[in-house]
Amino acid sequence: MRPFTYERAESPEAAVKAAAETPNAKFIAGGTNLLDLMKLDIERPSHLIDVGRLPLSGIEETGEGGLRIGAMASNSAVAADERVRARYPVLAQAIVAGGSPQLRNKASVAGNLMQRTRCAYFYDTSKPCNKREPGAGCGALEGLNRNSAILGASHACIATHASDMAVALAALDATVETLSPSGQARSFPMLELHRLPAERPELDTHLIPGELITAVVLPPPPPGGQVYRKVRDRASFAAGLASVAVAGGQVALGMVAHKPWRAVAAEEALASGATAEEAMSAELAAATDNGKNGFKIALTGRLGAAAIDEAGRGR
Amino acid sequence: MRTTITVNGEARSLDLDPRTTLLDALREQLGLTGSKKGCDHGQCGACTVLVNGVRINACLSLAVMHEGDAVTTIEGVGAPERLHPLQKAFLEEDAFQCGYCTPGQICSALGMLAEIEANWPSQETADLTGRVAFTEAEIRERMSGNICRCTAYPQIVEAIKAYAGERA
Repeated sequence: MRPFTYERAESPEAAVKAAAETPNAKFIAGGTNLLDLMKLDIERPSHLIDVGRLPLSGIEETGEGGLRIGAMASNSAVAADERVRARYPVLAQAIVAGGSPQLRNKASVAGNLMQRTRCAYFYDTSKPCNKREPGAGCGALEGLNRNSAILGASHACIATHASDMAVALAALDATVETLSPSGQARSFPMLELHRLPAERPELDTHLIPGELITAVVLPPPPPGGQVYRKVRDRASFAAGLASVAVAGGQVALGMVAHKPWRAVAAEEALASGATAEEAMSAELAAATDNGKNGFKIALTGRLGAAAIDEAGRGR
Repeated sequence: MRTTITVNGEARSLDLDPRTTLLDALREQLGLTGSKKGCDHGQCGACTVLVNGVRINACLSLAVMHEGDAVTTIEGVGAPERLHPLQKAFLEEDAFQCGYCTPGQICSALGMLAEIEANWPSQETADLTGRVAFTEAEIRERMSGNICRCTAYPQIVEAIKAYAGERA
């Protein structure tokens, strides 16, 4: 690892102030993704601001019938929460489908949202990657793109977002609360947190530099069944090829795009009486095949249809 | 950076380069080489230790982040002259061949059993609102963060079952 300095923030306000004042600083909470990438010389912060002990790990009722989940709650704590399990089972299921128990015990909610892609070209510093090094080119476009994006990709980047948790949050219409470097609090839909790659794949999110995620807020659960399903090369502890989260009539797809993908076309088709299979076909009409990831189109269609039907039976 | 961590019940004051992982601090600075460095990327689980009773990968954590924490390594679990019952079960069930992953397996299993006791779910948990069932499928899923290159998995599961059964 390259040298860096370290401080532990005493408050969220102090954390964003430190981030605003220190060039090339990064927040660290669990560190499970960031430290991995620092060891590989992919992330190169010169200053780390430890936000892991900030009093932002509680899970509380919102008053509107939802839950506010503190950004520093561990993934395990969220999945184990009785209210999450009873009212948002899709979220508990998504979390326990990700990583290993050791990783989930350390990883925070905010860190899960901020994790970087698992694209092999992003990880291999001997290969070109526009996300790691803007302008270098994309090795995946004509390379080993078996697990690349099939929706919303650009000619600059076909990487996917690897989070399971975020897919469930996308289906549940979660809101993200943040503190900006100037100390201003704001909240916005989780679906507006991550961005599509377009010409700037080095940017994963719309956060302004130094902005700190403080909470994720769940609205009351939508009526209807909830299901999370994931397909991967191993039965456990592996990044996914595709996943789907269903919450009532709300459907989100994972590992198929640069961001958690809300399947709006599928939802509209379902609302007008289409079968689950027809709805998924509508969603995937614009899906692209880069040579080795074409199988993910059929896979996602079948997976999505099965999950929608399963959630429907649970209604 | 001066950092104090309680390791196996003893407060240890360390002068650390911020880059030092918890694993390197344990192994290189404190000489506790029971925790192993396999992949150094959180994929193999050989570095698993308990921090405040919860299992984590020591390789993916900075030591300076653990000021005031209580860390338990395999050296704190048991010793040759006073083996922990789970260590005895690993011997009796032949739950290892080369032994490199074993300290991580044992620390992980202890953390895992506490998680089941606390009724934390896994992807094998069919009913999220009921009690977690102590099944072989649950053990295997919950131990998936620990790789054994000698493939002693069936015996590892047997050892964990034997220990948990004895304790129950």
